[in-house]
Amino acid sequence: MFAARPVVIANGAEGEPLSSKDRTLLAHAPHLVIDGLVALAEALGGASMYVYAPAASLPRVEQAVGERPRGKRIRMVQAPETFISGESSAVVNMIANGSAIPTDQRRRLSESGLNGRPTLVVNVETLAQVALIARYGAPWFRQAGTPADPGTRLVSVSGPAPVPDVVLEVPGGAQLSAVLQEAGMDPAALSAVLVGGYHGRWVRPAAHALSPAGLPGRTVRPGAGVIHALDLQACGIQATARIVGYLADQSARQCGPCMFGLPAMASILNRIAGGETNHRLASELERLGKLVSGRGACRHPEGTAGLVSSALEVFAGDFRAHLSGYCTGPGGAAA
Amino acid sequence: MKTHLHIDWTSCDGRGLCVELLPGVLDRDDWGYPVARGKVGRDRTDVPLRDADREAAQEAVILCPKLALSLLEGKAPEPQNGAPGT
Repeated sequence: MFAARPVVIANGAEGEPLSSKDRTLLAHAPHLVIDGLVALAEALGGASMYVYAPAASLPRVEQAVGERPRGKRIRMVQAPETFISGESSAVVNMIANGSAIPTDQRRRLSESGLNGRPTLVVNVETLAQVALIARYGAPWFRQAGTPADPGTRLVSVSGPAPVPDVVLEVPGGAQLSAVLQEAGMDPAALSAVLVGGYHGRWVRPAAHALSPAGLPGRTVRPGAGVIHALDLQACGIQATARIVGYLADQSARQCGPCMFGLPAMASILNRIAGGETNHRLASELERLGKLVSGRGACRHPEGTAGLVSSALEVFAGDFRAHLSGYCTGPGGAAA
Repeated sequence: MKTHLHIDWTSCDGRGLCVELLPGVLDRDDWGYPVARGKVGRDRTDVPLRDADREAAQEAVILCPKLALSLLEGKAPEPQNGAPGT
């Protein structure tokens, strides 16, 4: 049914610094990931199979592959520990050329991916869900979650010390506040929550459901499944400045708008966090975010810009305070 | 069926020739890289062209010193999901 034999890649790269769900899954249930990979490869008429995962996860996966007769043709490729190593074209580039950076895509990977073959890059959690659906059926899967967001998802939840980082399985459409409570936090004692990862959004802890679709303001996209809470004393601007500095540093530096735009955004955030009282800085930040969006081989520019835009919205009061010469958090350099 | 001008950002060096050939379609950003006028999202990487701009776009494709431009005939490639870090 395809001109060339298709390829399915189980993507276990977990470049998000606050995410641990994929390595947790690969450590505790690697057989589910393998079963899902085999099921997809068979559905595609016998596709080539790869597992792409960090070094620490591979021994456990190799052991599990040895216990699955149908998985013996699966090839393992080690994913580097960088933020962008899990981007789908970077995954294909790493397997083909040993370089885990995104590539220019004139065509979709599903048309022309690894060595020109139709290629599907699937997150390991999705493959585990596929294995369960293949085993127990769709009605079973739909018992959890909502009609619009059926099933469950894994989330990596972290917050202010001493709350320990946890990986939870939550139903589709779960309330963010309920997830925070399950992780041992009191939503009333939090100022803001980063949802989706470093390409996600800051939201207030109340009244948001975790779902890929729905009204903005009522729902927030789970993205990479990261939920990271800030306490009432933390400065959201400092937190965002640190993240954007990291994201700028993680640019592959191959696309101009990302190579120059992200450090420029990080620099402005640092100036605001550091107490510079120039009211034009916030609008300059917004302008740069709009300027870089949509202009790169991958979504790193717009992912970063989206995070910054949510910070400008959720921390509007903190921005006003900083630009007037004080910080509402005790850690603020401008305090 | 619409023609799109595809910008390969991994090759583009911001030389600016395309902006000179297509002043109504492209502008230069803070660092000299092309930015599609009045477009948002991925339309800034696969820039939809009016028929009137096709000839100049073809010239830009041939003359770009970094070979960073190409024409996509028909539909632009649909966006991939897979954001980095997921």
